[in-house]
Amino acid sequence: MGQKMQQSHHMVAVTVNEQLGTKRKYKFFPRAWLPKILALWIVLMLFGSRTIYTRLDVVTKERRKEVLASMCDQRARMLQDQFSVSVNHVHALAILISTFHYLKNPSAIDQNTFAEYADRTGFERPLFNGVAYAQKVVNSGREDFERQHGWIIKTMKGEPSPIRDEYAPVIFSQETLSYLGSLDMMSGEEDRENILRARNTGKAVLTSPFRLLGSHHLGVVLTIPVYRTELSPNPTKEERIQATAGYLGGAFDVESLVENLLSQLAGHQAIVVNVYDVTNSSDPLIMYGNQYEVGDMALEHVSGLDFGDPYRKHEMMCRYLQKAPTPWSALTTAMLAFVVLKVRAEAADVAKSQFLATVSHEIRTPMNGILGMLALLLDTDLSATQKDYAQTAEACGRALVKIINEVLDRAKIEAGKLVLETVPFNLRSTLDDVVSLFSEKSRRKGIELAVFVSDKVPEFVMGDQGRFRQVITNLVGNSVKFTEQGHVFVKVHLLEQATAVMDAKMINCMNGESEGVPGDHQFQTLSGYEAADNQNNWHTFKHLIADEDTGYHDSGKVKTDDASQKVSLSVCVEDTGIGIALHAQDRIFTPFMQADSSTSRNYGGTGIGLSISKCLVELMGGQINFISRPKIGSTFSFTVDFRRCEKYAVSDLKKSISDDLPSAFKGFKSILVDAKPVRAAVTRYHLKRLGIQVEIVNSIRIVADLFRKNGSIIPLNERLPDMIIVEKDSWMSDEDGCSGLQLLNRKQNGHTYKEPKMILLATNISNGEFDKAKAAGFADTVIVKPLRASMVVACLQQVLGLGKKIPGKDMCKGSTFLRGLLDGKKILVVDDNIVNRRVAAGALKKFGAIVECVESGKAAIKKLEVPHSFDACFMDIQMPEMDGFEATRLIRDMEKNANEQWNVGCVNNDEATKRCAWHLPILAMTADVIHATLDKCLESGMDGYVSKPFEEENLYREVSTFFESKPLPDSVV
Amino acid sequence: MDGVILLQKQLVDYSTSLYKEGFLDDQFKQLQQLQDESNPDFVVEVVYLFFEDSERLLNELSKTLNQQIVDFKKVDAHVHQLKGSSSSIGAQRVQKVCIAFRNYCEEQNTEGCLRCLQLVKHEYSLVKNKLETMFKLEKQVLAAGGSIPMH
Repeated sequence: MGQKMQQSHHMVAVTVNEQLGTKRKYKFFPRAWLPKILALWIVLMLFGSRTIYTRLDVVTKERRKEVLASMCDQRARMLQDQFSVSVNHVHALAILISTFHYLKNPSAIDQNTFAEYADRTGFERPLFNGVAYAQKVVNSGREDFERQHGWIIKTMKGEPSPIRDEYAPVIFSQETLSYLGSLDMMSGEEDRENILRARNTGKAVLTSPFRLLGSHHLGVVLTIPVYRTELSPNPTKEERIQATAGYLGGAFDVESLVENLLSQLAGHQAIVVNVYDVTNSSDPLIMYGNQYEVGDMALEHVSGLDFGDPYRKHEMMCRYLQKAPTPWSALTTAMLAFVVLKVRAEAADVAKSQFLATVSHEIRTPMNGILGMLALLLDTDLSATQKDYAQTAEACGRALVKIINEVLDRAKIEAGKLVLETVPFNLRSTLDDVVSLFSEKSRRKGIELAVFVSDKVPEFVMGDQGRFRQVITNLVGNSVKFTEQGHVFVKVHLLEQATAVMDAKMINCMNGESEGVPGDHQFQTLSGYEAADNQNNWHTFKHLIADEDTGYHDSGKVKTDDASQKVSLSVCVEDTGIGIALHAQDRIFTPFMQADSSTSRNYGGTGIGLSISKCLVELMGGQINFISRPKIGSTFSFTVDFRRCEKYAVSDLKKSISDDLPSAFKGFKSILVDAKPVRAAVTRYHLKRLGIQVEIVNSIRIVADLFRKNGSIIPLNERLPDMIIVEKDSWMSDEDGCSGLQLLNRKQNGHTYKEPKMILLATNISNGEFDKAKAAGFADTVIVKPLRASMVVACLQQVLGLGKKIPGKDMCKGSTFLRGLLDGKKILVVDDNIVNRRVAAGALKKFGAIVECVESGKAAIKKLEVPHSFDACFMDIQMPEMDGFEATRLIRDMEKNANEQWNVGCVNNDEATKRCAWHLPILAMTADVIHATLDKCLESGMDGYVSKPFEEENLYREVSTFFESKPLPDSVV
Repeated sequence: MDGVILLQKQLVDYSTSLYKEGFLDDQFKQLQQLQDESNPDFVVEVVYLFFEDSERLLNELSKTLNQQIVDFKKVDAHVHQLKGSSSSIGAQRVQKVCIAFRNYCEEQNTEGCLRCLQLVKHEYSLVKNKLETMFKLEKQVLAAGGSIPMH
């Protein structure tokens, strides 16, 4: 690039020199030539600009033409569709006459019936000013006909009809066309032709356009034949004439139709639309539009129209209202193009969001099954490890469902429509959740995953937990993905602490404190592997902690300026992975951009996460950046602004949020053996959260020494630690020391002191190592990292034998809740399938419901006659005789009647009595949970649906909207 | 005691094979979840209901399909029932044949329907056999004083 730039500079320089050269040459021309040269220059200029203009103009014209064509075609298509819809309604009327006037004997229709029916169904034919039916009468039958009806056939002029072969007197007419009664429609020339054509073809035929009576709009008369009998599949013309019973006709207001249609479309002021009847191509008849030619005559587009009458030909002609060359017109065109493009883009957007909705629905449904099963699994008696695995699986499932929702949100971010929430949330447990997502993967890869939150960060902050989690999840996910050895370390502290630490570090540097530790080849990071950014090296990290220890007592109420309720956090995610290639570092936040193509080959993924993270961080008022060194690792840091949580709110929250940590460990003492100071600090953070005091020592020998001394000297005034937590590294490197410790413990056990529990802390452990650890006196339970509060609690409870389960803590999952909701409720199950009935009943009974079953919609209605004592009804949809929709409709009708009677019965109609209305929650049971079905459920008066076979989550979600949960005695915290 | 463990292992292996070979799907596990002390014979009860109902439906189907003029609406209604109950207990191979069956029914393809009837009868007898064997094993485990291992 640099080279290119230089080149172009060079070229510019050359041009300038040349120009200078020309200028200098002027001196060699005689002065008289100058005007000529100027003139030539001007001519050349004009010519050039004209060429450009023409070229541009051609392009513009071409585009104008395309836009016009697409707009015209679109309008023509829509007009055609709407027209055929109207015709279909008239067709239905024709079939009505055929069915009830001719196939029924005696006829079920007379003038009054027809007039009323046509009037009441008039809304379906808004563009018809009325319909009328004329019967076919041959001359030989005229006398009978006239006698039967009591009037004589008249011509259109209102005079008694002369003798003809055939007549078509109007016998039924809508109120609006009542003046047509007894008039022979065949007495008008064009109507006669129409009638003949209609009965020969069996199609709806049209007249040429004329001004309608009353509205003076342009319109056409539409005629549809009515046949006495059903015709054979391919009837001949003769058969058709033979079967003809009469003709249904109506005047169709074309002008209103087109007017309505055009006004609904964007850009309708910009184009002129005319509709013509071009049956006689030399003499087009206007059906819609201005007879005088307006608009830009230079450009027009003609789209064909097919109104279903093969004899008539119609077309639509569109023009621009404004002429092209004026800037206004150009602007209009551009705007038109824009409008068209916008419509298209919106359509594409709709398609995309529909796709996303469908796909995410498809994933959500099985996911709910998985989550439901896990919830059940967690209700069973599990060992600490099993429980952790199951909980991890459940957390991951929940996160997946969240991610699906987040995918949907992505569109919102792009459109700038994302609104951040401001709710109080626990930052530490949010981070625990993220850790649990990746714990399995990090264990498998053998990398250390750790979270550290400074004590100064308040427990609860106000902000968008979901978005914060999304960013962290993304960064940690990337780090875990790209790291094969070493660690992934998440650290959160206050922004002001970071600056303080930097200052401290500066001072240290100036004081000449050395950075390296002599004789130690390892780096002082979490795992000992080198990291890209040394902010988490022990030298820096210890300042952060030191800062903490001094201010430990007023943790939670940090002395930030109280006026601003802002909590600015600094978060960093450090890994010792492959790092980001230098050349790719500047486009890492561009969507769909992984560092390079080989990255995506090796590691998969779309590379969209970082761009979303950047958007989200910026939305949350922060900034994100990173330091990365290839083959060493990356450290992503971001800042984020949250709001402080009100004090009183915090105490409320602690009560309400069920995953508040138990206080059983408060005051416990522990010794942590770990030679790596950063890692030790992380462990200490997790123990401190539980209220456990932690003393960190470098090696087991120190502990052993301590004990030897303690054994004889200090026991009277100082309590021994309750547990000794040993990092696996420290144990492996010094197994002998450990056994010494064990012997010592045994001796102590004989005295009054309670033996401290020895707990091993490891990222992974083989069976052999485990056996050895047990032999060395470690507890059966190994705390397997990554650490997170709930897991540490579970392990410690097992080791220390403190109450196997904390009641209510792990139980507040679906099934107990469902029990609370359904216990003692009386539920009617309606299903025609005996097996399904039994299973549904079994599932509901499991949650304490009293279930009654019936096998048909009819039986259900009988059961649900008001008054009844049911609390809810689960209804199968597809049943013989009466389906679930129908049954529900009838039940709702019954309820409505009962409610009305009740209200009438109440003399003093006050609100309190009025409110006690019957409305039984009815839930559909269906195997196909598609939206159409749901819509239909709601339409017929149901309150929702549950999928069949029952899923706990889904059942819970639906049921919880109807029943108040009542706490069960065994689920109280 | 070893005998019980052996039996239990046999039972677990057998039921695992049923899932592996696709005779049963997770719905059957759901069914087992619904069984508890208050409802100790739930699974057996439902499965025998299924047997009874299926045999009735299969008989009806044979009768309807062997008529001169086949009433496909009736056939479809029966197959729908069978599909519903088989999916309720998780007999997925029966359920899958029912889906194909209904397609032929829609096409009014008598031959296809008859073929499916044979197939569905076959699958039904297979799954019935397997389930009965499993229940027998469960009984033996219980008789030997063991508990039914949960899956």
